[in-house]
Amino acid sequence: MIALEADAVWKYFGDFPALRDVGFKIEAGSIVALLGRNGAGKTTLLRILSGLAKPSKGSVKIQGAEVRDEPTRRRIGVLGHGISLYDELSAKENLILFGKLYGLDDAAKRAEYWLEKTGLERVRDGLVREFSRGMRQRLAVARTFIHEPEVLLFDEPFTSLDDKAIAVLQRLILEAKERGSTVIMSTHQLREAIELATHAVLISKGKVAYAGERRQEMIGDPGWLYRTYEGESA
Amino acid sequence: MRSKILIGLVTVAVALLGWNLYNIFMVVPDEANQGAIFRIIYIHLPTIFTGFLGFMVALVSSILYLTKGDMKYDALAAGVTEVSLVFAAIVLVTGSIWARIIWGVWWAWEPRLTSMLICWLTYAGYLMLRRAIDEPAQRARLSAVVSIFGFVEVIIVYKAIDWFRTLHPQPVLSVRGGGGMAKGMEGPIYWNLLAFVCLATAMVMIRMKQDETSREIDSLRREAHQY
Amino acid sequence: MKLFLSQALTIAAKDLRAEWRTKEALNASIAFSLVILILFSFAIDPESMPEFAGGLLWLVFSFAGALVLNRSFARETQNDCLDALVASPVPSAALFLGKTAANFSMLLAVESVCLPAFGFLFNISWWTYFWSMVAVVLLGTWGLTVVGTMFSALTVNLRLRELMLPTLVYPVMIPALMAAMELTHDLLNGQPLAGDNLIWLRLLIGFDIIFTALSVTLVDTVLVG
Repeated sequence: MIALEADAVWKYFGDFPALRDVGFKIEAGSIVALLGRNGAGKTTLLRILSGLAKPSKGSVKIQGAEVRDEPTRRRIGVLGHGISLYDELSAKENLILFGKLYGLDDAAKRAEYWLEKTGLERVRDGLVREFSRGMRQRLAVARTFIHEPEVLLFDEPFTSLDDKAIAVLQRLILEAKERGSTVIMSTHQLREAIELATHAVLISKGKVAYAGERRQEMIGDPGWLYRTYEGESA
Repeated sequence: MRSKILIGLVTVAVALLGWNLYNIFMVVPDEANQGAIFRIIYIHLPTIFTGFLGFMVALVSSILYLTKGDMKYDALAAGVTEVSLVFAAIVLVTGSIWARIIWGVWWAWEPRLTSMLICWLTYAGYLMLRRAIDEPAQRARLSAVVSIFGFVEVIIVYKAIDWFRTLHPQPVLSVRGGGGMAKGMEGPIYWNLLAFVCLATAMVMIRMKQDETSREIDSLRREAHQY
Repeated sequence: MKLFLSQALTIAAKDLRAEWRTKEALNASIAFSLVILILFSFAIDPESMPEFAGGLLWLVFSFAGALVLNRSFARETQNDCLDALVASPVPSAALFLGKTAANFSMLLAVESVCLPAFGFLFNISWWTYFWSMVAVVLLGTWGLTVVGTMFSALTVNLRLRELMLPTLVYPVMIPALMAAMELTHDLLNGQPLAGDNLIWLRLLIGFDIIFTALSVTLVDTVLVG
């Protein structure tokens, strides 16, 4: 089953094309590393995939439906640069809030479950503004997974995570894959991402330079992909 | 082609204005009550109509941008609003001069002047918003929304202030010259209107060309910085 | 429909709960409005205050309200919460209405301190036509809130947000303020809502309906890039 399909996506900022004719298909159950240099268009693409921006031309479909449709958005989980949590609410309140927004009937129970899963059950009533950075990151991860999304979109998830948090996230991503969920993560942390990835997409100057399976050469030498494919899309 | 149209429009405008000026000062008699200053209506009225026509074009253009996504509509909306803002300023100045001569005050809080002032402030805000946003697509999208809100508000304000002033009687500038004017005095208003519309169109065309060029430069700059 | 309302309510509850924890905007707003009232006593001879009361009251409400309205969407940019909300299944219209409802409640809270304070400081009996007064306050406040919240959404990502919000929003508020001021002036000076007045009531209601509809329609365009 195709979990995500981008079809001839163009994104203009004024007259400047940040994304040019981007197209690829992603099978359900894949873990895709979205790679590319700064300014290549990764974040723009991810914002469109998350439904935060609309493409100027072309379309993005998730499980065959438009991204901005509400039923589709219910099946997507997004973790961006910020933690997307409210400082003045407690950990539990934050999770229940997002649980409700994602249409969960048993938001409170699920919140409790995910607090335990990320090791935050003892601070469930603590306000987020009092949390340490690591705790906030773990809570952000809990928020992303609470509604068990079928498609997960991460923008540089491993950046500024400590070892413990990285391990938690890697484990959760693998568990998601077991369930048949699809994960797309844009990243500079090539090593951590390549370890998990089944596929890779390389964006270069707004175009897709490579979209396919993770290659043997990439493991242990993540820069290989850049060297091999960057030259091709001028 | 475009420059031919431009030259054509300006020539027509200048010719009309020239001929009209002769008309206004030499042919048309002094107005019975107000004397010579009444002739200011020949600028005041056509300017109001041209300005308002402009804001209507801006509204339609903004809606078209939001539905179609073509940046040309955004350029049109911005250009027309800028030019109309100038015309609105002229309305305020000529109205003020008129008030000074007739009523001895520089500003009269009468319906049309007040609503024109609010209109001017609303659309000045629109232009300020545009300056505050660098990214062209975002700028187009947000200013289109502001243009729509602005137009609806201006209509409501116009009606409201009319009611306000009828309930609080004030010395009113008789601006609507329509029915009460003698024959021969009305003509120049419509000729001037035509001239102003030609002039406004020419200015909008120039403005749109500037906008096109600036967008091209912006996109080249983005490309240079990006890669 | 039921889902829509429950989502809007969830958002409203979230805003109110977060605000109640810190009470920053509420306190600042109430303090600011009391300061303005004091300034008015210097600017205007308290004896001629009944003449100006209607107008001044709404000036206080709109200035104090600006403090609340500015924060409305601005608080979402901290920690990138706005992205999470827009990406979630909540329709932009529900998000907007939820926030408007929360702001409405907060503004009413400020006004319910302001109005008695005003009556007390300037010896104005505002309760003569109590229910008419309540109706005018509710309608006028909704008008200010709906437009203020919309423009808060519009300016949220701009670098000059604090400057652009008042510049853009005050002109648009003028019809609602005008109507509210006229009605309040009459009510405070012993005239009930009847006859000539009703034109202002109709204007206020019309303003509320038109701008609520316009905002709900355009808010998605503003929030999705």
